[in-house]
Amino acid sequence: MDVLEIARWQFGITTVYHFLMVPLTIGLGLLVAVMHTMWVRTGKAEWLRMTRFWGRIYLINFVLGVATGLVQEFQFGLAWSSYSRFVGDVFGSVLALEALLAFFLESTFLGLWIFGWGRIPKKLHLAALWAAVVGSIISAYFIIAANSWMQHPVGVVLDTSSGEPRARQVDFLAVLTNNTALAAFSHAIVASLMVAGGLLVGIGLWHLRKRSLAGRPTTEVDHQVWRRSVRVGGYVSLAAFMLVALTGDWQGKLMFQQQPLKMSSAEALCTTEAPASFSIFALSKLGSNECDDVRSFTVPYVLSFLANGDFSSPVPGVNDLQEQYAEAYGATYPDDPSFGDKAGEPIDYAPVLAVTYWGFRLMIGMGAVSAGVAAYALWATRRGRVPTSRIGVYGSLLAVGAPFVGNAAGWIFTEMGRQPFVVYPNPDVPRADQVYFFTAQAVSPGISATEVWTSLISLAVLYGVLAVVEFGLIVRFARQGVTDGDTTPTPGIGGGSTHRDDDDPPPRADDDASDDVLQFAY
Amino acid sequence: MDLQTLWFVAVAVLWTGFLLLEGFDFGVAALIPVLGRKPADRHLMLRTIGPLWDGNEVWLVTAVGATFAAFPGWYATWLPAMYLPFVLVLVGLIVRAVAFEWRHSSHDERWDAAWTRVITTGSYIAAGGLGAALGATTLGLPVGEGGVRVGGAFSGWSWPALLGAVAVLAYSVVHGAVFLSLKTDGDLRHRARAFALRWAPLAALPLLAWAGLVWLRSGGVVTAATLVVAVVAVVVTWVRLAAGREGQAFTAWAVVLLASMATVFGAAFPVVLPSTIDPAFDVLVSTASVSDYTLTVMTWVAGFGLPVVLGYQAWTYWVFRKRLTAEPEHVEAAA
Repeated sequence: MDVLEIARWQFGITTVYHFLMVPLTIGLGLLVAVMHTMWVRTGKAEWLRMTRFWGRIYLINFVLGVATGLVQEFQFGLAWSSYSRFVGDVFGSVLALEALLAFFLESTFLGLWIFGWGRIPKKLHLAALWAAVVGSIISAYFIIAANSWMQHPVGVVLDTSSGEPRARQVDFLAVLTNNTALAAFSHAIVASLMVAGGLLVGIGLWHLRKRSLAGRPTTEVDHQVWRRSVRVGGYVSLAAFMLVALTGDWQGKLMFQQQPLKMSSAEALCTTEAPASFSIFALSKLGSNECDDVRSFTVPYVLSFLANGDFSSPVPGVNDLQEQYAEAYGATYPDDPSFGDKAGEPIDYAPVLAVTYWGFRLMIGMGAVSAGVAAYALWATRRGRVPTSRIGVYGSLLAVGAPFVGNAAGWIFTEMGRQPFVVYPNPDVPRADQVYFFTAQAVSPGISATEVWTSLISLAVLYGVLAVVEFGLIVRFARQGVTDGDTTPTPGIGGGSTHRDDDDPPPRADDDASDDVLQFAY
Repeated sequence: MDLQTLWFVAVAVLWTGFLLLEGFDFGVAALIPVLGRKPADRHLMLRTIGPLWDGNEVWLVTAVGATFAAFPGWYATWLPAMYLPFVLVLVGLIVRAVAFEWRHSSHDERWDAAWTRVITTGSYIAAGGLGAALGATTLGLPVGEGGVRVGGAFSGWSWPALLGAVAVLAYSVVHGAVFLSLKTDGDLRHRARAFALRWAPLAALPLLAWAGLVWLRSGGVVTAATLVVAVVAVVVTWVRLAAGREGQAFTAWAVVLLASMATVFGAAFPVVLPSTIDPAFDVLVSTASVSDYTLTVMTWVAGFGLPVVLGYQAWTYWVFRKRLTAEPEHVEAAA
């Protein structure tokens, strides 16, 4: 493989991995903040225990998200320096503002929340968590605005004054209010809530069943903890799924305008159709990337509706779009050293069909699985019921992974779907003024394949090890539950637990008396 | 001052702020094998930086972000030229971050000790690697036409990189010791102070040498003054430590860094990355910068955002301002 391909694998692996933590951080952070708020408002023991339990899972996960996020900021320069030079005028400022306005908020106030138990006033302590959660959400907005600018560059002009073409920012507000960013941001936030909701449902159901089999009375606080977790998680998941569908539809309609090839590839739609049919399942030869070889089962009219909101309008096919793009942007890469091995090679404007087609379906399918599990959980726990079905409970536990896979598939689809461009030409701009950049010219010149292999292998091995530890920690912690080793009933707040850090923060006369607050910092 | 100069100052301040803040948490972690032989001491040392290290690290993220945002030509030349050192830094920062949080996840002392070693190792790697990167970008890298590195993967691993690495590491270790003497009480406080007293003069040398070299190449009157301030501050640090005034010593040791980095960046300006191949390939503030429009936007946003950030970060330092003491032994046993 050449530097370009290794660097792409590196970007893909590190980014998809990072995005396993991110939606859980955003979704679970919001839910823990709500739990904490409920505790401060009602003083009920179960809300405090929920805050402590889910808060700790949130933190175990948060730190890995932060750590792997570091790689992102560096690798634009390390491996994609030509890209960084080209887009620096707009892309860098969005990243810097993300750090200034979001990361400081997130990290400073999360530190305050972790170490502030019993140390700062109750309401201020709650506000610290909300500040951190808001920080995560602002950060999501900025980074999605940066990504959406690559999908649909707005607020820039092409500047060739220095000899080297560069994107030059002329309208910062346009970059921040890019319609692509608004759609993708709302889609990503509600998808994050599906991740968190699915986790609450899966772990909550498992504990409910376990307690029920062990004959534990439903009057205990812990019963309420798991029951509430399942109910909250179930409702959040279902509501989020509906919003995911709505925002996804919005984003999809934009993409049919902004990147028609991505969407036609997602449907393996070869020739322009009016009205266009939606493909449910494709057979054979998707892998050959020859659109005409694909046979798929379709539902008439639906694709026209998804693309344009009616049942008759045409949707352009991959073959026709290929020709249009080749005409506009060239059938071959320029014969220029900045394109490396690709210089002079023919350009395939269609993304990898198998990836876009199945990525799109996996995203939707996993979301539907998760919503189905949420509906099951709400039904199985209706009016105080405790589910005992082994299949139902373990199935729900397994389905915790579904929204993670759905999120990853969605991003792989959206990123692979805009190839061969790293900055996709905006069709609303006249051809001569368009700002666009091929992935083939984005990689750093002068770095060797050995260097990128070294970093790819080291990071992949490290990430693998960290994934095992993180998964093990979360599983072990989730199994322990709220009151580790607790064999006595738990009346009211804080009683009965043998495990010190599951107790409530004791009223503390001396600020730095012990580090049990620190033990919360799992 | 034009916008490009203003943003050069901003980027320099961010990198210096990062070295100042993360420097003491790197240093505390680096000193664990020296000062934290007992588990109680180790725990106490980590507690002094527990609430602060993540916020400190955001200074790095912001420094890198601002370098990219204001001077993409610098960012896109510097990072690929130092590809492997930066990757090493990332590995160090990642393992260190997760170790901070994960070491509590078992009540097994061996588990805790293992992750504590990871924190220490990660801190050495990250501090050394970033020092190397900063040393190289101020003293020279083999970059040629278009900011492309000349030579193989290791052509950037030169004596400026080594000097920067040693400078940042040595400074941070003593910085961590002074911080510990300020933030803890009892036996650890005294041992930390004794360590700082013993090593401060020596530990300042590589940093002063780095500043001196940049000054020799392109310094002026102002940067000569800052260099003198740095030297004086080393003496003041030592004297105040000897007098047992940890707060004043900490301030003076901070001035050592601030004055040294003011010399480094001030003398280097307007060059942000000198080429060792040919001065014609030097990366300059003017050639590396983004447009005035983007700088204006960032100036407005940072003008409103930065005071707020500094305000709440200072406030959290104030919340966690008290000295920490070792926990009673029975708590230790339970943990």
